[in-house]
Amino acid sequence: MRYLPHSEADRQAMLRAIGVGAIDDLFLDIPEPLRVGALDLPRRAGELSVERTIGRMAAKNVAAGSVPFFVGAGAYRHHVPASVDHLIQRSEFLTSYTPYQPEITQGTLQVLFEFQTQVAHLTGMEVANASMYDGSTATAEAVLMAHRVTRRKKAVLSGGLHPHYRAVVEGLSKLASDTVAALPPDPAGTEDILAAIDAETSCVVVQSPSVYGQLIDLAPIAQKAHAVGALLVAVFTEVVSLGLVEPPGAQGADIVVGEGQGLGNALSFGGPYVGLFATRAKYVRQMPGRLCGETVDADGRRGFVLTLSTREQHIRRDKATSNICTNSGLCALAFSIHTTLLGETGLARLARINHMNAVALAESLSELAGVSVLNDSFFNEFTLRVPGDAASVVEALAERGVLGGVPVSRLEPGRPELADLILVASTEINTDEDRAAYAAALAEVL
Amino acid sequence: MTMNSVGRPTAPETAAAAPIGTFTGNRGLAVEEPLLFEIGRHDVTGVDLDEPGRFAPRLGAHMRRAPIDLPGLSEPEAVRHYVRLSQKNYAIDSGLYPLGSCTMKHNPRLNEKMARLPGIADIHPLQPLSTVSGAVELMAELGRWLLEMTGMRAVALSPKAGAHGELCGMMAIKAAVEARGEARPIVLVPESAHGTNPATAALLGFRVVPVPARADGTVDPEAVRKLLSPQVAAIMLTNPNTCGLFERDVVEIARAVHEAGAYFYCDGANFNAIVGKAKVGELGVDAMHINLHKTFSTPHGGGGPGAGPVVLSHRLAAFAPLPFVRMEAEGPRLVESEAELAEGETPFGRMVAFHGQMGMYVRALAYMLSHGADGLKQASEDAVLNANYVRAGLRDLFSQPFGDRPCMHEVLFDDSFLDGTGVTTLDFAKAMIDEGYHPMTMYFPLVVHGAMLIEPTESESKASLDLFVATLRDLAMRARAGETDRFKAAPRYAPRRRLDETRAARTPKLKWEPPAPFEQAAE
Repeated sequence: MRYLPHSEADRQAMLRAIGVGAIDDLFLDIPEPLRVGALDLPRRAGELSVERTIGRMAAKNVAAGSVPFFVGAGAYRHHVPASVDHLIQRSEFLTSYTPYQPEITQGTLQVLFEFQTQVAHLTGMEVANASMYDGSTATAEAVLMAHRVTRRKKAVLSGGLHPHYRAVVEGLSKLASDTVAALPPDPAGTEDILAAIDAETSCVVVQSPSVYGQLIDLAPIAQKAHAVGALLVAVFTEVVSLGLVEPPGAQGADIVVGEGQGLGNALSFGGPYVGLFATRAKYVRQMPGRLCGETVDADGRRGFVLTLSTREQHIRRDKATSNICTNSGLCALAFSIHTTLLGETGLARLARINHMNAVALAESLSELAGVSVLNDSFFNEFTLRVPGDAASVVEALAERGVLGGVPVSRLEPGRPELADLILVASTEINTDEDRAAYAAALAEVL
Repeated sequence: MTMNSVGRPTAPETAAAAPIGTFTGNRGLAVEEPLLFEIGRHDVTGVDLDEPGRFAPRLGAHMRRAPIDLPGLSEPEAVRHYVRLSQKNYAIDSGLYPLGSCTMKHNPRLNEKMARLPGIADIHPLQPLSTVSGAVELMAELGRWLLEMTGMRAVALSPKAGAHGELCGMMAIKAAVEARGEARPIVLVPESAHGTNPATAALLGFRVVPVPARADGTVDPEAVRKLLSPQVAAIMLTNPNTCGLFERDVVEIARAVHEAGAYFYCDGANFNAIVGKAKVGELGVDAMHINLHKTFSTPHGGGGPGAGPVVLSHRLAAFAPLPFVRMEAEGPRLVESEAELAEGETPFGRMVAFHGQMGMYVRALAYMLSHGADGLKQASEDAVLNANYVRAGLRDLFSQPFGDRPCMHEVLFDDSFLDGTGVTTLDFAKAMIDEGYHPMTMYFPLVVHGAMLIEPTESESKASLDLFVATLRDLAMRARAGETDRFKAAPRYAPRRRLDETRAARTPKLKWEPPAPFEQAAE
């Protein structure tokens, strides 16, 4: 087997050195009747054979890059510079562990320190951690953190929050006996969330742009939350939006969480992604996840270490702020490299191109009879109302080679009032031809 | 002196070279690298994009008002920045990485190639299911392998790491307890467990009651039986445990747990020792997470991403979270919402947006297909063989807390062999860095004083282990010979010497701040 270095002679010599006659002598603690005879699985395979097997499965999927593509709803297709994937495949980044020995992992640690700074700047917050699994789990962790800070147990969720994010928060809260007050789906962005905030509220969770693409004014929500001693948890699923829209930190958010996949990371059918988590400095000791901090070494030279680990499970066990251990290190690296390559100028320009493309698409599609755009504001994604069943429309578009978005019914099944809505995203990858193909295909299927 | 025809010396001079300071602070190939924020500029970008033309924005009143403060680098600068940073890292590709409980094995590059196929990397989790049948088939195939290896009933693929898998398994247990109309507020966790176990239980509001280890490092079924009651929801047991030992009374423990109406959660972090050797389903396990980034070699990436699928017994299968793959006559089907549930499916909820770590699924499946049933078993055997070879090579100089007996895939020593030397486990680990090795896991498990947990994995050759063993023997003898300074000053030859962790925690500096203006700095 190509990954196993020992020859049979090596194995025999090693068994002799250990002082046993056979390999099974090292497995004597496994009770005899429980030892496996053979697994009902195929034998080993060479590279070529594995490539064929997996290649066959991959070929059955329609790759986003092969068609006009407008799917978003929490994961976005952006162009990632070639150098990003090259750099994250450097052995020293790819095959290193969590930096427990800082003297020989300064590379990863400095990257994390830079990542934390970039995330803090993007969100307009004072501190950020070294990443979470994805935006949805970061949101659930933000709610738990708000409960610790406020010593309350009720979260109010906006109807603009991604339904999967809501489900993650609700699932954990239910089993942890915390309360969740989730407002009904709010495609138009007209909910009265202020009325839902009361003296029991620990936090109010608001996504902007919302899952329906609507940009939300967070400042009055922050004001009301703070007036009753609650926190504002601001969520985003498209990090590129922060290149153009006012960051949550400038609007009074106390915790900002989101999905960082949009920078540096592939769609990959939903993972791995990178959760971003930022907050105010005064709450840092209630934060979940790893934190990298600056210090000096024995010679007085600047260096970086994982720090404030008394919050974490390996020190505090059942008193920890979270159970998280492994997070999204390499995805955070990809995010950080892409952000570095863009810089202030590039990110702002990228965001403007996204917005321009989405505006152009919205204008073009809403010219079709019976089709309208619900949003009065959006960044690179909006909600389209079509005559008839949106899921059938999206399926019919796919048959014509256009991946035209996500029917809201896929995220909110069993709600007939949402059955004619499609979430449509457009990024810098879309060309004029893509947009024309979408409009033509949609006209055809309606 | 040997000279060539233009007077260039062609052989080294023999003068002794005392250490010198350099102008740059660099030492040859070891280059100091400033922070991005010290070298980047706001008007530099490494991505060429056309400035969009004029259009009427639809942002409402939400336009960003202040700059982000995000320095940029051109592509050559960025490449150099990150390559230089990478060179400050130890990695499994460059050397033996014996972190116990972390399973740092070789990461095959074929798996990276497979994960980057456009039909894998470039598919969206919410594009029509009719356009991703291959992805669902891949998930089903991964599930089939995991279930055959473990002898379990169902698998929840979506958890994103080991601790997340623990959370998934414990949520299934809590849901199952509640479905029976019971409230069982206690979870039993052995003292040797990973910190994630008690942290996970506490997240769900359980009270954690520790189970003491007996003198041989394993859990005593009698001790468990004494703690069991109708108040107990589950035990969280790691097997093989963190002392590197197989819990030989696991079946009896499982029986006692089930008799008390509780569930058996197994921490699968150490699954690498028993793949193809024992099926956890037959040991009585109800839920176990599998770290694809350990046992099935998806790269650790400096702290993730991982993947933590959870296999479930018939007692818990119905509670598997959404989404999951259901095998139907026409083929595998991805069940995403409660509206699609069949009779007997009662998911407790959802762990993540979307479908989990596809990028890790494909790498793990490529690893499994490459090994096959025979290779997986051989890998487990070699992992156990290597750990025992290290044990045999060190047993006369190092101290084993539970006596000289075979271990599984990792070998545990305590620090009693360093008694009286003034050298601590930490010092010893740092001296290993000077010898070119990543240290072993230190001070874990907590049940052993000054623990050193060594997991060589199956990726190491005999020659590699021989040098490693000889190095550790040399260090042990030097410690005993009183060469304390060698250890206390270590590491000397790393990119940094020991770092001041107390200072980092006392005055946290968690992001870059611009240097203070000159007048302030002078105060």
